[in-house]
Amino acid sequence: MQHGKYRFIVGFLAVPLGLYALFVVWPFIQSIYYSFTDWTGLSPEFKMVGFDNYSRMLDDDIFWKSLQHSLLFALLLPVVTIGLALFFAFMINVGGRRRKGGPVVSGVRGSSFYKIVYFFPQVLSIAIVALLFQFAYNPDSGAINSLLRGIGLDSVQPLWLGDPNLALWCVMAVLVWSTVGFFVVLFSAGMASIPADLYEAALLDGANRITTFFRITLPLLWDTVQSGWVYMGILALGAESFAVVGIMTTGPGGPDYSTTVMVLYVYQKAFRDGQAAYATTIGVALLVVTLAFAAIVMRLGRRERLEY
Amino acid sequence: MGSTTDGSNGSEGVGRRDLIKRSAALGLISVPTMGFLSACASSGGGGEEKAEAGEKTAKNPLGVNDATQMEFVLFDGGFGKEYGQDAVKLYEKSFPKAKVKFSATQKIQSTLQPRFNQGTPPDLIDNSGAEQMDMGVLVGKKQLADLTPLLDAPSYDDPDKKVRDTLRPGIVEMGQFDGDPVWIMYYAYTVYGVWYSQKALDSLDEQYPETWDQMLAVCEKAKKKGMAGWTYAGKYPYYLPFSLYPMIAKVGGREVLDAIDNLEPNAWKHPAVKASFEAYYELFKKGYVLKGTPGLDHIQSQTAWAQGKALFLPNGSWVENESANVIPKDFGLAVNAPTGLDSSDKMPFGTIWASGAEPFVVPAKAKNPSGGMEQLRIMLSEASSRNFTSKVKSLSAYNGGTTGITLTPGLESGQAALEKAGDNVVNPRIQDWYVKLQKEQIGVSGLGEMMAGRMTPAEAIKKIQGFADAAAKDTSIKHYKHQ
Repeated sequence: MQHGKYRFIVGFLAVPLGLYALFVVWPFIQSIYYSFTDWTGLSPEFKMVGFDNYSRMLDDDIFWKSLQHSLLFALLLPVVTIGLALFFAFMINVGGRRRKGGPVVSGVRGSSFYKIVYFFPQVLSIAIVALLFQFAYNPDSGAINSLLRGIGLDSVQPLWLGDPNLALWCVMAVLVWSTVGFFVVLFSAGMASIPADLYEAALLDGANRITTFFRITLPLLWDTVQSGWVYMGILALGAESFAVVGIMTTGPGGPDYSTTVMVLYVYQKAFRDGQAAYATTIGVALLVVTLAFAAIVMRLGRRERLEY
Repeated sequence: MGSTTDGSNGSEGVGRRDLIKRSAALGLISVPTMGFLSACASSGGGGEEKAEAGEKTAKNPLGVNDATQMEFVLFDGGFGKEYGQDAVKLYEKSFPKAKVKFSATQKIQSTLQPRFNQGTPPDLIDNSGAEQMDMGVLVGKKQLADLTPLLDAPSYDDPDKKVRDTLRPGIVEMGQFDGDPVWIMYYAYTVYGVWYSQKALDSLDEQYPETWDQMLAVCEKAKKKGMAGWTYAGKYPYYLPFSLYPMIAKVGGREVLDAIDNLEPNAWKHPAVKASFEAYYELFKKGYVLKGTPGLDHIQSQTAWAQGKALFLPNGSWVENESANVIPKDFGLAVNAPTGLDSSDKMPFGTIWASGAEPFVVPAKAKNPSGGMEQLRIMLSEASSRNFTSKVKSLSAYNGGTTGITLTPGLESGQAALEKAGDNVVNPRIQDWYVKLQKEQIGVSGLGEMMAGRMTPAEAIKKIQGFADAAAKDTSIKHYKHQ
């Protein structure tokens, strides 16, 4: 019997685990291996160099700058995005005024329309979003500065992406804009599964919207928020930040390294400078940061699971 | 899990001891895998066998084997792929039995890097565009074939003239990195300089300025008419050197640029560099640079310039094609050599930066390298060159090939600027030797910050000299010197 059971389990797990090992674990092992070599990425020859790449990385100012920006992305973006998304989702699903004859819990007027509108950015590829905002941020004829001129603020004409003090915030704003819709939908789905009688009970006890949100919605939605948090952090450390920084910023990564992030630096080292081994070293550092981020979020977010 | 077995008698699945055993097994497997790993990147041993050489004849001086396949990968960018296809047709005419595998892509690196790593690269590559593979690394790792046989072969049109002698100045030198071998054949020829609208200049009742005082006067006049003097690709400030570097050479002589290329200590502290930086900074200080320029990318700045918001633009000859849809018909597109300081400059007015573009390479591990070179020889014929110029509005490396076709205004003016320059063509190598230094450090962090007014010329020079010194010391990059 035992044999049959194992064979059964193995039969199911072998293929997915094999795929996972081949396409996820294996490349990780490879990268770690390459980070100890002097591989250029442009020829098959390389030799082992020990920890040279790592000691070089620790002395590399640009690496520290990109790490700093990536960490800022990973900490700040989830807070802002998820905060906004929770607020919007609450207003869409729960926050509405009670209408005569209507259900006890409902969203604000026109909430189904908003739900679709928030999701719009999600159907655009991130590259297109970045390009659109690049036009908007154009200091000469872009939408934002034109608007400022239009309302008489001729003297306020920031350089946006051209200003080292603003560029990073401009990039973050784009990321928030483009991802918040996804989380609104995710949280809406979560809120829809919270039983209405809980809300009814709260309302009978005289709870207002804010109390309802913090005492009922958020605790019952905690699991979703937590996975959303990790997901957003990984987006902010990885693909999304690479795309917007790479497409929109000066250089890219500038002005004066004010927007460079780790993924961009990996790309530049591997594919512009022909230093693939050093790039994998930074990649390993990025892996450590990502794992640490996920571990911290899981740890801090651990709560008793509520059944309902 | 309970549903998977019917008669399990309290088993707890995988036991702890099993888990330990299994992880030990995993450890055992991972040791040989590391061995396999090292074989992974270097699995290119098999690609060494070359095609047999064909017979060398007057019509086939490179000895191309008629029956071998030739593979040609072209960068499908601003110049399109038609000129490549036309050249392939000529190759097929010469070698009717040979199969030619032609492809055009923008993703040079994504498609070709794995093939270099496997040791099976194609026979001819146009290594260009945003995904250009680093030439310094390719050369350093001996991945490219020496093109000397091609340069010494008789030219396609005249058997008494070597290919080498039919090329424009600087093309052969640009293909060298250290020593005699020529690794790269630049096929297009780019004129860099200050681009402007002749019509706009006429409307100001001004001539193109030859000294910096005149330049400031023209800009002042333009400013009074509500037009900025200059704009540039603010987000890619490494466009500024297109006019700044030749200005430095004009003021202080060619050797100043050579010292910069050679990463010599204090090369940037030369008085000519300082004077030129200060001249450019004055454009910013006096408000002659279009407002918002540091936030514009190349296309946006070119558009603003084409709309007449700014008079001058440092750029290369591709701008005519790239901004064709925004440049008005009566614009009177013209290019001129950079304005110098005054009559005490070391080189005459007309000193200009011109150099090869669109780098073609034949990989060392190609199966049919002579086929790749023969294809280049065909492309360097007068007829192919003329075809290229008329189709893509750019000069080619072939010295000539402009007779009998109507040149566009920008091309014509570029041709005139080259004639005026004569021998005074400079060719700074820093942008192909040290890409990161040139673009990210000198361009974005140095010149970009200075022209945005966030740094003085003295600070910019100090910072750039620091970058150059660091690059000179960096053992992870290969260093080159002017011969």
